[in-house]
Amino acid sequence: MTNRFLGKLAATLLIAATGYANAADKPTDPQIAHIAYTAGVLDVKAAEQALAISKTDAIRAFAANMIADHNAVNEQALALVKKLGVTPEDNDTSKSLAAQAESKRAELAKLSGADFDRAYANNELAYHKAVNGALATLLIPSASNAELKSLLETGLKIFQGHEKHAETMAGAVK
Amino acid sequence: MMIGSSLRGVLGAGVLLASLVTNLLPALAHEPAQVQITNLVYLPAEVTLHVGDVIVWTNNDIVAHTATVKAAGGAAGWDVTIPPGQTVQHQLTQAGTVEYFCRFHPNMKARINVLSKP
Repeated sequence: MTNRFLGKLAATLLIAATGYANAADKPTDPQIAHIAYTAGVLDVKAAEQALAISKTDAIRAFAANMIADHNAVNEQALALVKKLGVTPEDNDTSKSLAAQAESKRAELAKLSGADFDRAYANNELAYHKAVNGALATLLIPSASNAELKSLLETGLKIFQGHEKHAETMAGAVK
Repeated sequence: MMIGSSLRGVLGAGVLLASLVTNLLPALAHEPAQVQITNLVYLPAEVTLHVGDVIVWTNNDIVAHTATVKAAGGAAGWDVTIPPGQTVQHQLTQAGTVEYFCRFHPNMKARINVLSKP
């Protein structure tokens, strides 16, 4: 289930990367900003679902931290695009991410107890792996503006921390 | 005259006491160790202190971090939360080397060597 999602997400990002294979076609800064912001918003939504369903302290603490961290990064992103006069631009990668996250939320909504905890933890691990991969190999190298690139690099370090945290959490709720 | 002399005596004793306190304090406690947290890195990554000393973390990041030590081998663990943009301190009470990490971003790690009181 989780592997299928990871596969889908990885495929989405791969298609995005393939689509942008030509240097002239690489994602623009407004598109990169939109993809990164969307990825954060989607993880906040997943965390809100976890807080509504899970009763496990470790899961709830992780979810609360996801909300705090992703909101903090997205606030910086909003301030930056405002300062740069850039309007984030919706695109196929953002749309695909949102659609996949919505279907995952619907799937998790049917679960409870240990089943939900396991699915949420595994999904968070898979999601952060895929998004971190996309940041490192596609979004950061494609960013033109130095401040945007720097914020994405800071975001990547924070999200790598989440990936490690998710790994521990997924191991604990096996 | 008597009052003036007594006052001078009291003031003199006060100055002496203040001087004693000032001179004794450094012998009782060391300067706190300062650790900066920037871009998810504790700097310096290793500090050496004595029991009773204080370690101070300053979080320059936009997200909260912790300095967390797991209980091990009979030694108690501890956990300090350092909100973004804030400075938080912790007094070391047990001798030994402790590895600490951030609970929220466990790839952040550092070490404190706590020596017995000199």
